[in-house]
Amino acid sequence: MKESLIFGKKKVVTGNHAVSYGVLLSRAEVIAAYPITPQTQIVELLSEFCASGLLKAKFIKVESEHSAMAACVGAAAAGCRTFTATSAHGLALMHEMLHWAVGGRLPIVLANVNRSMGPGWSVWTDQNDSLSQRDVGFVQFYCESNQEVLDTTIQAFKIAETCLIPVMLVLDAFVLSHTSEPVDIPYQEDVDQFLPPYKPKYFLDVNDPRAFGGLTSPDHYYEIRYKIEEAHRKALKVAEEVDNEFYQIFGRKYGLVEAYQCEDARLVLVTSGTITGTARQVIDEERSKGKRVGLLKIRLFRPSPIHLIKEILTKVEKVAVIDRNISFGHSGIFSQEIKSILYNEIRRPMIFDFVIGLGGRDVVPDDIREIIDFTYKADYPQEMVYFRGVRL
Amino acid sequence: MKWQYANNTEEYMNPGHLACPGCGGAYAMRLALKALGKNTIVVIPACCWSIIDGPFPLHCIKVPLYHTAFETAAVVASGIRAALEVKGKRDIEVLAFAGDGGTLDIGIQALSAVCERNDKIIYACYDNEAYMNTGIQRSSATPYGAWTTTTPREDFKKERKKNITEIIAAHRIPYVATASIGFPDDLIVKFKKAKEAKGTAFIHIFAPCPTGWRMAPELMITIAQLAVDCKIFPLYEVFDGVKYVINYQPKNIPVQEYLKLQGRFSHLTEEEIEIIQKEVDFNWELLVKKAKG
Repeated sequence: MKESLIFGKKKVVTGNHAVSYGVLLSRAEVIAAYPITPQTQIVELLSEFCASGLLKAKFIKVESEHSAMAACVGAAAAGCRTFTATSAHGLALMHEMLHWAVGGRLPIVLANVNRSMGPGWSVWTDQNDSLSQRDVGFVQFYCESNQEVLDTTIQAFKIAETCLIPVMLVLDAFVLSHTSEPVDIPYQEDVDQFLPPYKPKYFLDVNDPRAFGGLTSPDHYYEIRYKIEEAHRKALKVAEEVDNEFYQIFGRKYGLVEAYQCEDARLVLVTSGTITGTARQVIDEERSKGKRVGLLKIRLFRPSPIHLIKEILTKVEKVAVIDRNISFGHSGIFSQEIKSILYNEIRRPMIFDFVIGLGGRDVVPDDIREIIDFTYKADYPQEMVYFRGVRL
Repeated sequence: MKWQYANNTEEYMNPGHLACPGCGGAYAMRLALKALGKNTIVVIPACCWSIIDGPFPLHCIKVPLYHTAFETAAVVASGIRAALEVKGKRDIEVLAFAGDGGTLDIGIQALSAVCERNDKIIYACYDNEAYMNTGIQRSSATPYGAWTTTTPREDFKKERKKNITEIIAAHRIPYVATASIGFPDDLIVKFKKAKEAKGTAFIHIFAPCPTGWRMAPELMITIAQLAVDCKIFPLYEVFDGVKYVINYQPKNIPVQEYLKLQGRFSHLTEEEIEIIQKEVDFNWELLVKKAKG
């Protein structure tokens, strides 16, 4: 693989390979991974980059995802920039070590390809795998396009290392992971300028022997947790700064959320992941028919960009949240988030929740149109959650 | 047994640690660090040593220590080794130091993978034959006949101890050894050999636990020596998974002498002790055959 054929070119790549290029450009130093569909292509390409010497990283081929995160924990604690990728059951198996990465304040970057949880076995997309990890303390980004995937991968390392918290970037199985789009691959020197080498203040150093993660009494534990919360609050600012800085160098930015056609909107859809792209098109059509509809894309899920969501959604009458996930016995998870953010506002919209597309069932423009029509016509949500397209 | 190295080398462990009196695990670490020295990074999963090192912000060994989850000592050590390689840092040992539960039970998957990759780490299991830190529950390292809090005397452990040394040797890593805190110089020499191994080294350390074994703390060394002399825990090495070397000829003391000093075996009948004796003799013969080649 020749550098001149990769960097500074527009290439047609899958979402998975967009992650791999992002990790290559970010000069990850230790990668540990275990195969799982639909993630595997990410690490296959990375193993080729390592084998060819293009990426001077050590790739540990572990025996499980639990060990993948554990190896990253060890390598990051010893001072290296580390990366792993997984999906669904792999992420679930990692759960314990996700806590370790957060508690250890290790800036590991993880790409999760959203895949539905079994049984029954499904390799197709929904968000329950990553949303089940909501409370471990990882930063979570949901991506819409392959370009955004590559750019977010690079941004992820910078945010993680600035705030000392791990970052998970999330992309939809197949709809992004295996779909090719034209992607600008930046020049290495530009990425080097944006993302300097990782130099932690504290690491496993034989010349400065310390113990990490030992027994912590109630006298200290709470404060250490509070500092993680502080890091998340910092990350909210840092993510915005990093996005702006990225724009200065690469000419692209995404925002923590994106308000699309929201200026005079009466009804706003809330979306994440690739459903956003479908919804954008429908919003354009509805606008051309004179309907005052808009779209709020949630890109950064944790830390929650509460101020931005409030700013946009307190100005509208109705909100329709599209959830490709479910918290059984309650409702879609994004809708719970939106409701909790707006509850104490004096002016707040009616919030409708639509669960759709579980297990990778297609979400097509007609689905979005129906959701808009339904929400438009209803005075208020009579159900906590509406299940779209259930065939019983 | 000699105490030459054990008594005349630099200490990397401070007094004031939190181990119980007569803890074999604490002494095992002290000896291991004498062998490995300052340039060592230690990884400790959930085990007695999670406590022994001291609560935050205290730390009783003079080298860096990473505490990790129960089943991950081996692979975290591999991650550290990878990082050291990337950073071009040579001459640093990475020691995973785990109990028998973290090694024979919950940690065996990651350990097996590290051995298969032959990652350059030293993995030491200090075996006190039960989950001592959680209050003496049976593990797969608990021997036949033993009382634990999950194998009451009326239903003592009937299964034999898992032979982790043979399992790890089957991976054909360059160096596998058994060691005992009752034979400190032998233990130190083995850690020095582990350091030189071209890949993964595994040392299985017999580490008595007076608290869990229901015995007097001052018998720590005696018990460790008796286990070897009764052939319950022979001292041997396996090179590349095939070449066996027995390091010490046991005095062939009946197992009864070892068992009677420990309350955990006090309920055993003569017949049950005979079962143990036969198993021990059989295992010894197998080992001798392997060492003859």
